Amino acid sequence: MVKKISKIPFSGTPEQEAQLNAVIASYKDDPSQLMTVMQKAQSIYGYLPFEVQVMIADGMDIPLEKVYGVSTFYAQFALSPAGKHPISVCLGTACYVKGAQAVFEHLQELLGIGPGECTPDGVFSLEACRCIGACGLAPVMMIGDEVYGNLKPDMLAGILEKYKKMEGIA
Amino acid sequence: MTVQELNARREAAKKSFIPGEGSVALRVVVGYATCGIAAGARPVLETLRKEVAALGKTDILIEETGCIGMCQYEPIVEVYAPGQEKVTYVKMDAQKALTVAHKHLANGQVVQEYTIGAATGEARDGEVLPLSKTAFYRKQKRVALRNCGVIDPENLDQYLAMDGYQALAKALTAMQPADVIQTMKDSGLRGRGGGGFPTGTKWSFTAAQPPGKKYVVCNADEGDPGAFMDRSVLEGDPHAVVEAMALCGYATGSDEGYVYVRAEYPIAVLHLEKAIKDAKAAGLLGEDIFGTGFSFDLHVRLGAGAFVCGEETALMTSIEGKRGEPRPRPPYPAIKGLFGKPTTENNVETFANVPQIILNGAEWFASVGTERSKGTKVFALGGKIKNTGLVEIPMGTTLREIIEEIGGGIPNGKKFKAAQTGGPSGGCIPESLIDTPIDYDNLTAIGSMMGSGGLIVMDEDNCMVDIARFFLDFTVDESCGKCTPCRIGTKRMMEILDKITEGKAEEKDLQKLQELAAHIKENSLCGLGQTAPNPVLATMKAFPDEYLAHVKYKKCPAGVCKALLNYFIIAEKCKGCTLCKRNCPVGAIDGTVKNPHTIDTSKCIKCGACMAACKFGAIIKK
Ligand SMILES: Cc1cc2nc3c(=O)[nH]c(=O)nc-3n(C[C@H](O)[C@H](O)[C@H](O)COP(=O)(O)O)c2cc1C
Ligand code: SF4
Ligand code: FES
Repeated sequence: MVKKISKIPFSGTPEQEAQLNAVIASYKDDPSQLMTVMQKAQSIYGYLPFEVQVMIADGMDIPLEKVYGVSTFYAQFALSPAGKHPISVCLGTACYVKGAQAVFEHLQELLGIGPGECTPDGVFSLEACRCIGACGLAPVMMIGDEVYGNLKPDMLAGILEKYKKMEGIA
Repeated sequence: MTVQELNARREAAKKSFIPGEGSVALRVVVGYATCGIAAGARPVLETLRKEVAALGKTDILIEETGCIGMCQYEPIVEVYAPGQEKVTYVKMDAQKALTVAHKHLANGQVVQEYTIGAATGEARDGEVLPLSKTAFYRKQKRVALRNCGVIDPENLDQYLAMDGYQALAKALTAMQPADVIQTMKDSGLRGRGGGGFPTGTKWSFTAAQPPGKKYVVCNADEGDPGAFMDRSVLEGDPHAVVEAMALCGYATGSDEGYVYVRAEYPIAVLHLEKAIKDAKAAGLLGEDIFGTGFSFDLHVRLGAGAFVCGEETALMTSIEGKRGEPRPRPPYPAIKGLFGKPTTENNVETFANVPQIILNGAEWFASVGTERSKGTKVFALGGKIKNTGLVEIPMGTTLREIIEEIGGGIPNGKKFKAAQTGGPSGGCIPESLIDTPIDYDNLTAIGSMMGSGGLIVMDEDNCMVDIARFFLDFTVDESCGKCTPCRIGTKRMMEILDKITEGKAEEKDLQKLQELAAHIKENSLCGLGQTAPNPVLATMKAFPDEYLAHVKYKKCPAGVCKALLNYFIIAEKCKGCTLCKRNCPVGAIDGTVKNPHTIDTSKCIKCGACMAACKFGAIIKK
């Protein structure tokens, strides 16, 4: 799996760093908890910038190449920040046989971005995911925590509109 | 907690929520698993809570429950009353919930038009058909899913009321570890994670290792995209897995276990963590359980989205906090597993069967199923089928029964083409084999496999080459890259499939595909690579004509593969304006003014310029 690595400069706050240090402190005696620490770090920062991986490596006393190896191995670890409204389209089997690919392609056209990318204004990002367990509603996508089901390509512009209005860009 | 206390708590628990046993008059449950919430269960639950509070009826209990199994009919609300079959309301919304609250909950009048029988059209003249009598449910038998959609999964007492932890009490007080293993062997239970290895035999390997540190691991990575039975069990009945793992610990001489759950399953993780915490607090996990001297502790680890981590050795490396790459076997995990110690690893659904087997005996379990596949199997039924959802059927049920009766057939009057089982490692079952009784050995014999339980139905509009390509794309993406046959081989296969779907392949490419497949199967290190070619091989075997149509005639009979679609002019609509002819960059269109034009498909480069230019909608692609 090839991952997109962010070129956006890192901007962590002291609060975030304090939270991360607290997480590291509570797990540093158990190297098998490396992934747990990385998962918590990702929920603090929204993604795992290189700088954060360095902090984890130092704090857990684990070589950086191991931390980096883990972050690139697992799909869940994001090396670029997601948009404010991350969109993930299910390309699980049940969704695929019911036309999810057309939904995914149409979203790329509408947003003008490819998979794993973020719109220049930082509002939307797009990715594919696998089975979110709502196969009964296939094809489905999630925008943030909201699930949209029984999708057809012609419904997408309307759904995006709602979020654009929310952000005042429509 | 002692066994006496466990029994006392069970009796008290029954009074706390079962209508008629204590002070509860009606119990209303809302399906609140991932699927229910996605379909809109939240406003339904809120409305019911608000209305019942307004009615001042403190004897009506409103609760969340796990997946009832009929995803197509979510949001689902069920009402339990003393001495009656429950009433099942489907496709609910806030407005309908209001009506149910005012009519049924306040006045005992069932709102027939919202019930399952009315929705499926099976109920006659206003009859309230119980769920158990519907075609969807009639042939099912719930063992692994027995509590899913019935109890509140976050409530330990409700699990106790359903004889929860009684199997553990029985084993610890009345059975030797060897008796537990013998019972598991006699039951005939085979692993539900895909491989179908006999569970009792697996346990006996770890038990045979010298005493010392040993582990129990539960595989809840559920990687098959389109399968969600393990999620439903963890969301709907987490204590069953906790109890089973403790039983496994007792049988194999282990005092510690790990559950490895996909991070994409937040509700499952939440419910599981709560179950472990509550079990510890009640003394059902931890030190000296039931005063028998047996101790067992359990941890949760989250996966991070790598399919290969479902493979048992990769899963253990991942729990150790590393890149989840498989390692060669032997040594098998029973000898050298997690942290280098003897380890027993089983799937969620496998574990969910265990307490029932210990409690009811091996014979009870083995009385269901076929000669060599005992018990039931849960399938996640999806794709082109009316009733998508979770079904648990006795082994030996035929695919026809699942699709036509339980599943309600194919929507929109389309024709059944094939069912896919086993996900990216599996194969497809064409219509000619639809009467095969489903069990491990039959599915393997017809070129598919049981897999973990994804069952995707396809109709005439699905292209089998495209489906094979879809699965291969998945494995190419998920190959961990450790060994060459899998990493490079699957890419080469993918390139050939791309050529086929683009109409650029020749017949000898089909031969090459077979050779590559055989090489990858033979030489890959782990199950991912060894099974990666299966979807391609299975579709080639079952649908040779469809492959040939793509390769030889450059046609996609299902009309899916874009590159193989051709542009045509409908003669009746063509006015002979010559616009298309002038727009075609390669001169593929022929015709004279005021006469219908034609496209020479051998010259056409499918740029679509003609179609865009035509003012009369006379050009189509098919
Ligand atoms: C690539 C690959 C992925 C797998 N994914 C899963 C999975 O998601 N869940 C699972 O239970 N077993 C999975 N397995 C099977 C496990 O390796 C193992 O056989 C199984 O969990 C054993 O449990 P059981 O005997 O109870 O079935 C996978 C195997 C391979 C090769
Ligand atoms: S077969 Fe594939 S997934 Fe398995 S070890 Fe080899 S490269 Fe990795
Ligand atoms: S395959 Fe898309 S939700 Fe399951």
